[in-house]
Amino acid sequence: MNGFDQIFVTMAHRLSGAAPAPVQPIMLAALIIAALMTAFGSCFALTTIMERKILGRMQNRLGPNRVGPCGLLQPMADAVKMLIKEDLVPDAADRTLHALAPLVLTVPIWLAFAVLPFGRNMVAVNFDAGILFFFAIGGASELAVFMAGWSSQNKYSLIGAMRGIAQMISYEVPLVLSTVTALMMAGSLSLVAIVDAQSGYAFGWLARWHVFTPWGLAGFGLFLIAAAAESNRSPFDLPEGESEIIAGYLTEYSGFKYALFFLGEYLGLFAVTGLGVTLFLGGWQPPVKALAGTPSWFWFAAKFAALIFLFIWVRATLPRLRLDQLLNFSWRFLVPLGLVNLLAAAVWSWTRPWQFPGSMGVRWLIGGSILALFYCWLGRGLRPDARPARQYHYAA
Amino acid sequence: MPHELTFLLVAGATLGAAVAAMALRNIVHCALAAIGAFAGLAALYLQLNAEFAGFAQILVYVGAVAILILFAVMLTHGSEASSSTRASGWAVAALLGLCLALGVGRSPSLWRDAKPAAGASARQIGGALVSEYIVPLETVGLLLTSALLGAVTIALRETETKTSDPGIHEERPPRASEMVSRS
Repeated sequence: MNGFDQIFVTMAHRLSGAAPAPVQPIMLAALIIAALMTAFGSCFALTTIMERKILGRMQNRLGPNRVGPCGLLQPMADAVKMLIKEDLVPDAADRTLHALAPLVLTVPIWLAFAVLPFGRNMVAVNFDAGILFFFAIGGASELAVFMAGWSSQNKYSLIGAMRGIAQMISYEVPLVLSTVTALMMAGSLSLVAIVDAQSGYAFGWLARWHVFTPWGLAGFGLFLIAAAAESNRSPFDLPEGESEIIAGYLTEYSGFKYALFFLGEYLGLFAVTGLGVTLFLGGWQPPVKALAGTPSWFWFAAKFAALIFLFIWVRATLPRLRLDQLLNFSWRFLVPLGLVNLLAAAVWSWTRPWQFPGSMGVRWLIGGSILALFYCWLGRGLRPDARPARQYHYAA
Repeated sequence: MPHELTFLLVAGATLGAAVAAMALRNIVHCALAAIGAFAGLAALYLQLNAEFAGFAQILVYVGAVAILILFAVMLTHGSEASSSTRASGWAVAALLGLCLALGVGRSPSLWRDAKPAAGASARQIGGALVSEYIVPLETVGLLLTSALLGAVTIALRETETKTSDPGIHEERPPRASEMVSRS
């Protein structure tokens, strides 16, 4: 079973081993890059069709079903359509920046996959400061949104870009705050070390994933909400709110540049979902001890797919937020709750030496009650009657 | 040899971006070129095995400071630099360049082969921050908190005057053409 678990690692080493010695490291790196790009490229194609199918199912319609069996070849048709579409650039646009923006969004996102551990020994680069690298890469997407919105010389593009940047900056804070708890527990910024910190089994059977602790559960919730906002997913897709500002910063994009934006946004979602799996769901660790022999990459893929399905489900369920609701939700609720969650994580860490029978229950009770108290208290501030009525300065 | 080659490439790109940041006419292009120079510096840090400094450089400068610069540029109206400031600009640049060249030239490590230093790990940096450098760290934290409070106070006062002033509804919304600097 161990051979099957390490099948990709062995394959990469065998293949690169066939090359002459001086080029072996380059071969290995090229193989890993090719594997990652193929896997997540196909994942992108698959997600677009599955998203449309699932949304269709949830809305009592069929979804795409014309191209290939059950419409499964739809992504191919979409790709061909995008490639042969005319690439329109407005006269007033800043041509260089307009062409550069989709690249600035899509190219750095690929780098983020380099630090995610997809299985046992399956990480492209184990940086000592891996998570810092991940968030540093994410900074480029704000820049790309600004470049797209500004270079289009279009009101709607600019408003969309401003919304996008405000949203990304606001939700980066709870995202990082929820991440910090997992870093505190592992005592390292390396994603491999964070997965290792979640190894072992509680009560002899249940995995020690962070999500099974009070701070981990709250952190995972915060992380998912902030991740949806960071990747412009519904219900936080205001930057592209088509009923208000056409398509936001994508308004003046067509053809393959538009497809690149699309790809970049999905890749961003994949990267941040992979990070969520790594931080809170134990990475590639199986959920119970009985499954300990199963291949590690399967568990990463299964958790990854489940989270992507959750994001699609949320998109089908929730309406879009208003801008003031969006920002209030982040600054009045998620950020304070993230700070309280740090306290809960610290309490969990202090009480780790407790060994008396039922200590786990007591620790859960303390951490859970801290979080529940603040959840209720902060949630009251979000009620519509808790704040003065919204003033419409320009719409009146 | 590949090490020197990548150094020359990255250094060349960084210098090119820095020159472009000074030389371009459109101020948004200048800001973007400056961001390119920040990213090039981060690449140089990475080449020196300073992982933490490199990533922090990208996170802080490309992620935060760059956006701040771009917002500042967008909120100021004129995008074209006036040519009357040219001469004094050259003088200041020459003075600064001279100071920098003197400072770098007098550095003792420049003229002998320095051994490649082992990069400090994130753990070492974190440990040093909370033990040896705890006072500077807390001072910076206090400074940032007060800056944040100040920003919130200014922002809050503005909305208070706005809500108390019913005449605000007559105010004309800013047109996009005023916010966008035309090239």
